[in-house]
Amino acid sequence: MSKTYSRRGFLKALGVIGTTAATSTIVSCTSSENSASAGTDQEPPIGKMTYRTNPTTGDKVSLLGYGMMRLPTVETNGSAREENDAEIDQDMVNRQVDYAIEHGVNYFDTSPAYCRGRSETATGIALARHKRNEYFIATKLSNFAPETWSRQASIEMFHNSLKQLQVDYIDYLLLHAIGGGDDAMDTFNKRYIDNGILDFLVEQRDKGVIRNLGFSYHGDIAIFDHALKMQDDGKIKWDFVQIELNYLDWKYANEINDRNTDAEYLYAELVKRGLPSVIMEPLLGGRLANLPEPLAGRLLARDPQRTIASWAFRYAGTFPKVLTVLSGMTRMEHLKENLNTYCPLEPLNDEEMKFLEHIAEEYVSFDIIPCNDCKYCMPCPYGLDIPAIFVHYNKCLVEQNVPRDTGSPAYRKARRVFLVGYDRSVPRLRQADHCIGCGQCESHCPQRIRIPREMERISRYVDALKRDDTKGLAETTKTDEEEQ
Amino acid sequence: MRLKTIRTALAAVFFTLITILLLDFTGTVHHWLGWMAKIQFLPAVLALNVVVVALLVLLTLVFGRIYCSVICPLGVMQDLISHLHSRRAKNRFTYSKALTWLRLAMLAVLVVAIAAGLGSLVALLAPYSTYGRIAAGLLQPIYLWVNNALAAIAEHYHSYAFYSREVWMRSLPTFVLALAAFVLIAVLAWRGGRTYCNTICPVGTVLGYLAKFSWLKVRFDADKCKSCSLCTKNCKASCIDHTTHTVDHTRCVACGNCLSKCKFDALYYGPARKAQQAATAPTEEQTAKTAPADEARRAFLVGGAIVAAEAALAQAGKKVDGGLAEIEDKTAPKRTTPLTPPGSLSARNMARHCTACQLCVTHCPNDVLRPSGDLATLMQPTMSYERGYCRPECTRCSEVCPTGAIRPIDTATKSATQIGHAVWKKENCVVVTDGVSCGNCARHCPSGAIMMVQLDPNNDSSPMVPAVDRAKCIGCGACEYLCPARPFAAIYVEGHEVHKEI
Repeated sequence: MSKTYSRRGFLKALGVIGTTAATSTIVSCTSSENSASAGTDQEPPIGKMTYRTNPTTGDKVSLLGYGMMRLPTVETNGSAREENDAEIDQDMVNRQVDYAIEHGVNYFDTSPAYCRGRSETATGIALARHKRNEYFIATKLSNFAPETWSRQASIEMFHNSLKQLQVDYIDYLLLHAIGGGDDAMDTFNKRYIDNGILDFLVEQRDKGVIRNLGFSYHGDIAIFDHALKMQDDGKIKWDFVQIELNYLDWKYANEINDRNTDAEYLYAELVKRGLPSVIMEPLLGGRLANLPEPLAGRLLARDPQRTIASWAFRYAGTFPKVLTVLSGMTRMEHLKENLNTYCPLEPLNDEEMKFLEHIAEEYVSFDIIPCNDCKYCMPCPYGLDIPAIFVHYNKCLVEQNVPRDTGSPAYRKARRVFLVGYDRSVPRLRQADHCIGCGQCESHCPQRIRIPREMERISRYVDALKRDDTKGLAETTKTDEEEQ
Repeated sequence: MRLKTIRTALAAVFFTLITILLLDFTGTVHHWLGWMAKIQFLPAVLALNVVVVALLVLLTLVFGRIYCSVICPLGVMQDLISHLHSRRAKNRFTYSKALTWLRLAMLAVLVVAIAAGLGSLVALLAPYSTYGRIAAGLLQPIYLWVNNALAAIAEHYHSYAFYSREVWMRSLPTFVLALAAFVLIAVLAWRGGRTYCNTICPVGTVLGYLAKFSWLKVRFDADKCKSCSLCTKNCKASCIDHTTHTVDHTRCVACGNCLSKCKFDALYYGPARKAQQAATAPTEEQTAKTAPADEARRAFLVGGAIVAAEAALAQAGKKVDGGLAEIEDKTAPKRTTPLTPPGSLSARNMARHCTACQLCVTHCPNDVLRPSGDLATLMQPTMSYERGYCRPECTRCSEVCPTGAIRPIDTATKSATQIGHAVWKKENCVVVTDGVSCGNCARHCPSGAIMMVQLDPNNDSSPMVPAVDRAKCIGCGACEYLCPARPFAAIYVEGHEVHKEI
């Protein structure tokens, strides 16, 4: 009898350890687990934030903007990514928003689509506890679904944003992710032009319900050019534009994916027209905080006091016409680290900019899938966890656990890490081999990743890994460019 | 004294190791311990493993039924249970007469069942396999839960030493039968020690009659005996009659308990010192029921499936980011001919050789094998593809099978062995029902047996649907497992009675 008890006690103890382990890991939607950073250890100073001035309205905008796309969620279990279903941790959101405002952050960027449609509500709750003149709200007209293309549905979406955010005016309103869709021009026209929504938004700006009108852009360059040409032709006056800018996308966005455009071009076009840039993906969903070891080593060796992420934030902030740099700070550590970077900003000098461009050049050779874990592709109707698959694959790439040759000395270990880790991070029925290639996700991807093709490649890679098939491994670790 | 010590030590080692072999799911243990299943008597007989059978016969002819005391895990399990009782109630056994008619009847049933190919009946009577089912049904879930707890801890520390495995009910009838067998045998062992072995177990009967002629036996030295009855009261086989100084050697499992209990050295284990007469006792009232044969119900799968409850969204029709679509569990299709794994040669070979020890089932890394729910093949392994498919690199079931029901097969032969063929069900195919393009079955077919063809051959713009080239299909089930149609896959595998190399 005593044996039974002690065994039960042991199991119970295990359970307790398991739960404690689980709860102590705060869920983060991002994969940026960049620890070992001197910057996070010290409390960021108050009153030192760098501000930029909006040329149209004269707003003094903090260089660090709070992205509300990767909000913390209530912990349900420590492993896997089933946190997808978890509720937003409103207490934590409130705490972090309070802390951010206390340290000078005043720009909060959300959207009706973020966090499964819950971001605006959570943002509204957190910000309503502060004075309206203490913060700027940016939100978007995220009428992606064809059901919301009608004038009525889109206007309803706008009014709902005001309601959820508990405000009577929006400081920065964006057409959301123009340049997406299978036929980008057609999609753009249907979402904003044919239904008269752009005219409606201009009216709202005239009435003061919208203080600044702009757009965020991903994807087809023709739409970016088209939107700017509309301004050149006098059809519209944009107040700002949101683009993706970081040291990888500056010169290599196109090389990584031939359907994308380098940030160098985008930024130059905006500067030419005197338009301030709002920067998104400065860290590429955390990928630039989690660099492959040789590159991480070089950044750390150059300045052990600075975190790897801080280089990317300083890079984006160094451009003078950047109004604010958005960061989806899931955790308090992210917030503190970024505050330390921007309170105040120490701009990069020319030599440091070049240094980062070299890092970018080498990064490209790692064939990392350019997924930023934004989850725009989700939910996949066939149950796949697309971003989780990419995150796992990239993590293994960065940690050099994507073996290409069964004969390599570390093969067995790398194989185990890849396969066991794969089952841990993605349930089997949500893995890449279940992708049927319907392609529904592809038009939603801001990075324009050819998702079904990558799913098939990863599925074949995993199969080759299970079969210890060197030829299969070599074939499936080729990148798009090599295949073409 | 020495006999008991050696026997206990050996039994502990054998029992522990064979239990580990039966529980292991990682595929590492059977390289070292696979032989332990292969030296089990009935599996060796069914595998026509002449060497092992001969050695076991020889072993018994020399030492008596030490097989039952050391090698058979079901026997050792009973000793354990009986020992727990004996610690509380000392000297609790009495001599009873052998139930010869029942023993011979059970043996006859087994022989007839083997001859008639009634696999499920053989399985019910096979002692090692009964233990296998108890281990697989009752112990493996616990083993897996502990493993999963360790895996969670390992994951926390970024260790890959453990990985978790889903615990699921593979077959309700088999679980119920395993539980019933355990309860029955445990009760018998608690009350009467080796009752099961000496009344029901046909292996015990065969070895018992061999042991009658063994060289070494437990024997009385009548001159020294003071008739204190301690030997009788401590004989878990109830086979010692101290009043007549006889030991029923057909029932004695050579455990040595009597030797260590006798204070007068009146019993010894060894060759005959002088002429001994073996007592054959007539029947007595002790009875035991056979494990209740539950009617075969369809096995339904209860399992912690991944259920991601989709929370209500703020606005209908709005595209929001994130979330996971719910995945409906797949339901096993009704297969006209059940599937048996590559290496099993045919349904008949499987039915005739398998003793349903579940070793292949617990070892299957892809959750393909599970006990059959059909009455004729009850508890014997069958395949289904809701949780995985029979992957080309894996031949584990063929490596572990001790009975020759699944013969050893290499990966190349396996990939060329047709165990069934895929059948497309148009009414379930998402190309037809959802109007999407798919072809996941064709993309993942390892033998290139699925071609995508136009639904309407006369219409160039009609959607592409799969067509199966039956000559190439090996029946691995990749298509069925990876088919997006739920709960019934739109392409499923129909088994073949006789496997064929293509």
